[in-house]
Amino acid sequence: MDTTTENPAAPPALQPAETDKGAARGASRPGDRVFIGLSRGSGIFVLVLMAAIAAFLTYRAVLALSKNEANFFTTMEWNPSGVPPQFGIAVLAFGTIVSSVIAMAIAVPIAVGIALFITHYAPRKLGGTIAYVIDLLAAVPSIVYGLWGALVLVPHLNGLYGWLDDYFGWTGLFAWDGGPARSLFTVGILLAIMILPIITNVSREVFRQVPRMHEEAALALGATRWEVIRMSVLPFGRSGIISASMLGLGRALGETMAVAMVLSPTFTIQASLLDAGGGTFAQNIASKFNEATEMGRDALIASGLVLFVITLLVNGAARLIIARRKEYSGANA
Amino acid sequence: MSNASLTDKRPPSSLRGATLPKWFAWAVAAGAVLLGLGISFAAGLDSSIQWALIAAVLFVAGSYGISAKVEGPRQAKDRVATSLVWVAFLMAIVPLASLAWTTVKRGIKVFDGYFLTHSMGVVADTEPGGGIYHAILGTAEQVGLATLISVPIGVLTAIYLVEYGRGRLAQAVTFFVDVMTGIPSIVAGLFILSLWILILDMGYSGFAGSMALTILMIPVVVRSTEEMLKLVPNELREASLALGVPKWRTILKVVLPTSIGGITTGIMLAVARIAGETAPVLLLVWGANFINANPFKDPQASLPMYIYLQFTNSGGQGAAYDRAWAAALTLIAFIMILNLVARGIARWKAPKTGR
Amino acid sequence: MAKRIDVSGLNAYYGSFLAIEDISMTVEPRSVTAFIGPSGCGKSTFLRTLNRMHEVTPGGRVDGKVMLDDENLYGPGIDPVAVRREVGMVFQRPNPFPTMSVYDNVAAGLRLNGRYKKSQLDDIVEKSLKGANLWNEVKDRLNKPGSGLSGGQQQRLCIARAIAVEPNVLLMDEPCSALDPISTLAIEDLICELKERFTIVIVTHNMQQAARVSDRTAFFNLSAVGQPGKLIEIDETERIFSNPSVQATEDYISGRFG
Repeated sequence: MDTTTENPAAPPALQPAETDKGAARGASRPGDRVFIGLSRGSGIFVLVLMAAIAAFLTYRAVLALSKNEANFFTTMEWNPSGVPPQFGIAVLAFGTIVSSVIAMAIAVPIAVGIALFITHYAPRKLGGTIAYVIDLLAAVPSIVYGLWGALVLVPHLNGLYGWLDDYFGWTGLFAWDGGPARSLFTVGILLAIMILPIITNVSREVFRQVPRMHEEAALALGATRWEVIRMSVLPFGRSGIISASMLGLGRALGETMAVAMVLSPTFTIQASLLDAGGGTFAQNIASKFNEATEMGRDALIASGLVLFVITLLVNGAARLIIARRKEYSGANA
Repeated sequence: MSNASLTDKRPPSSLRGATLPKWFAWAVAAGAVLLGLGISFAAGLDSSIQWALIAAVLFVAGSYGISAKVEGPRQAKDRVATSLVWVAFLMAIVPLASLAWTTVKRGIKVFDGYFLTHSMGVVADTEPGGGIYHAILGTAEQVGLATLISVPIGVLTAIYLVEYGRGRLAQAVTFFVDVMTGIPSIVAGLFILSLWILILDMGYSGFAGSMALTILMIPVVVRSTEEMLKLVPNELREASLALGVPKWRTILKVVLPTSIGGITTGIMLAVARIAGETAPVLLLVWGANFINANPFKDPQASLPMYIYLQFTNSGGQGAAYDRAWAAALTLIAFIMILNLVARGIARWKAPKTGR
Repeated sequence: MAKRIDVSGLNAYYGSFLAIEDISMTVEPRSVTAFIGPSGCGKSTFLRTLNRMHEVTPGGRVDGKVMLDDENLYGPGIDPVAVRREVGMVFQRPNPFPTMSVYDNVAAGLRLNGRYKKSQLDDIVEKSLKGANLWNEVKDRLNKPGSGLSGGQQQRLCIARAIAVEPNVLLMDEPCSALDPISTLAIEDLICELKERFTIVIVTHNMQQAARVSDRTAFFNLSAVGQPGKLIEIDETERIFSNPSVQATEDYISGRFG
């Protein structure tokens, strides 16, 4: 219960008839006026800030795009300072989506498993401890994940990569050239670890809200623990799991440093997930920024704008699902 | 369909299902680990990830197989679910443990008083020596400035949402605060870059980084403060209003003091979160090897930035990696201490604000 | 189908707190036994020990013996999941599975316990809904969600769900406390019909209800808050309400406390 919409009915004790405008008009004292002004001003500032982010990114992006001599969406090249400037986000979009999908495929089942473990399997004390440990996992900065990923995880993955190549190499997706494991697949694994906490925490909250009586209904019919979960917990929590996953997806899409440190980037799209190469929006910005000219920076801002829009859509959708679900469950509770 | 044929399906003593003993799961787990190790040795696999995966598969399959034979398919499914959940839990713990272990083990090597009190000014990245003083200073200033800006805005926004906001505006603010939590830090950095550096031509500085960090911090502060304000019982507000105290004084003198513990906790957690941000710092503060105590002029260093630079400029040299790990250790220690203290405050204050 | 329950020396705990102490009683098959008593006296807790639901609550623990005919529910090797299949339960608030249709709600227990042909399932669902006096009201909307029914209908749906698996005993935990008087009447009528086939135990706050539906009544009480609840007496309902052998029972029934 830690998110979203101000329920208009929530604190009715505060002059129920008072509307937003009425509050300002009704407050005759200067102190009240100043205070309302300040607090509403802060609220408006947040909105202005969001608008400004969109506006300035768009402005710089348009500067770059107007000089771009290649198709921004399909070009597999990043040469904004060239003559003529040519750059496109095809490779970045591919890499961002592929690595995020891998991350989700690994993280969502594990996170749901851990959330169930905390709420339905572990003894209460252990559950609390694990929830705390998962919170710690969330507190570790991404730069440290990057360092760990590059220096510890990458060398450890060679064995797994060899396996995947041996048994699934024929699919092409898992063919491996034996080079260092600085690939989109490794990035996906690392991102999975990083988005695990948020998916776990949101799912855990949802599972905890499952009305006890629904679970007891299943238990009283002679359901095993798994059957209780399948009959009452998962159906109740489905939309919660979806929005949790989308919040995780939003994180994965925008993650910068860990990807920049682990991936060995190339501006190509390759069939194999295991071979080093590829790139993501955020990683590309971080890696190219230092040597970029002004035109190069604007081009990076243009790619950043695409990332901004994507994460905005994903996060907005997740929040809407949560808000809708809350109304629904509130009506039943 | 008669009752008789229904009951016929049951075994004679239907209450006494064949149940495996309690130690069964542990036995299977131990067996799976041993077998996994055995197979790995036999096949000459060197990676711990591999034998762990083999063991996990054996554990799940073993639980199912044996249980299906003895207890029946329903119990077997239940056991598979249980073992999968356990495996999921272990899979999350392993990377965390590895990360913590490596950071401490490798970070402790060069972590000492010298390291904390010296900069990288005269030390080449590939040589041993040097320290993180300039980075700690930069992080402290950047995070401090970001906190100074975002706390008033965040707390006031939360007050607006809880105490005043109804209508459309409040809904919009709530929604966009939520959306703001999801803005990738690099995008926040790009925004300040385009506004502050490219358009206003202000140059790289610690303050530019602070502004980007502010964007990341505001929504976290709003969210947590909002939660805390909502916990303040309405009776308290009414009691004060009924005494003729103006609303703004009620908020300042009654509502905020009641929830100050929780708000502090939220702010500290927000600080912990932005202290590790690297991407915006990379774009806006640029990084430096020398001590620059002025956050408003010229590039600065910062702890996360330092880790990144040591990593990328290491040239594969152990000395730079050692410094990167030591800086990571410092950063994690700082964040964990903040977390622990914040949670301590939350726990200590909880009973008072609860009812 | 109906079986006798024989409880002896039963204690139930929440953590280290002893909630009910040393209860012994017999519940006759094909009859309705009502549990009455003031709030917090442990009657619901005791009810939940009869199908091993008590141990589902965190810290819940039971010792003593509950014989279902000749088998001790708390004996070694007894599978609580199997027990709950034999001893059905209806709860205080109607709790149909919100995401399932009326049909699926009734069939839920059957689907857990084995494979049935569609026609078999149809038969059992119809029979159970008829048994719960609900068939005529829902036969045209079997595929609509069960949560769309009225409170009283939902509760009868829950009863249909419970009797669909043909349990030996049916436990009802204040089944009418969330319902209006007309729905309550419908459920009470239903209880009187169901006792032909099942052993029924019902917890109720409503003494008139106990008097109306039950054959035998057990009175529970606790000496003080924080003390364990105890069984004061159990007897023919008529006797309990006209001439109880313990003074506390008479005080409670005549409304002097509780």
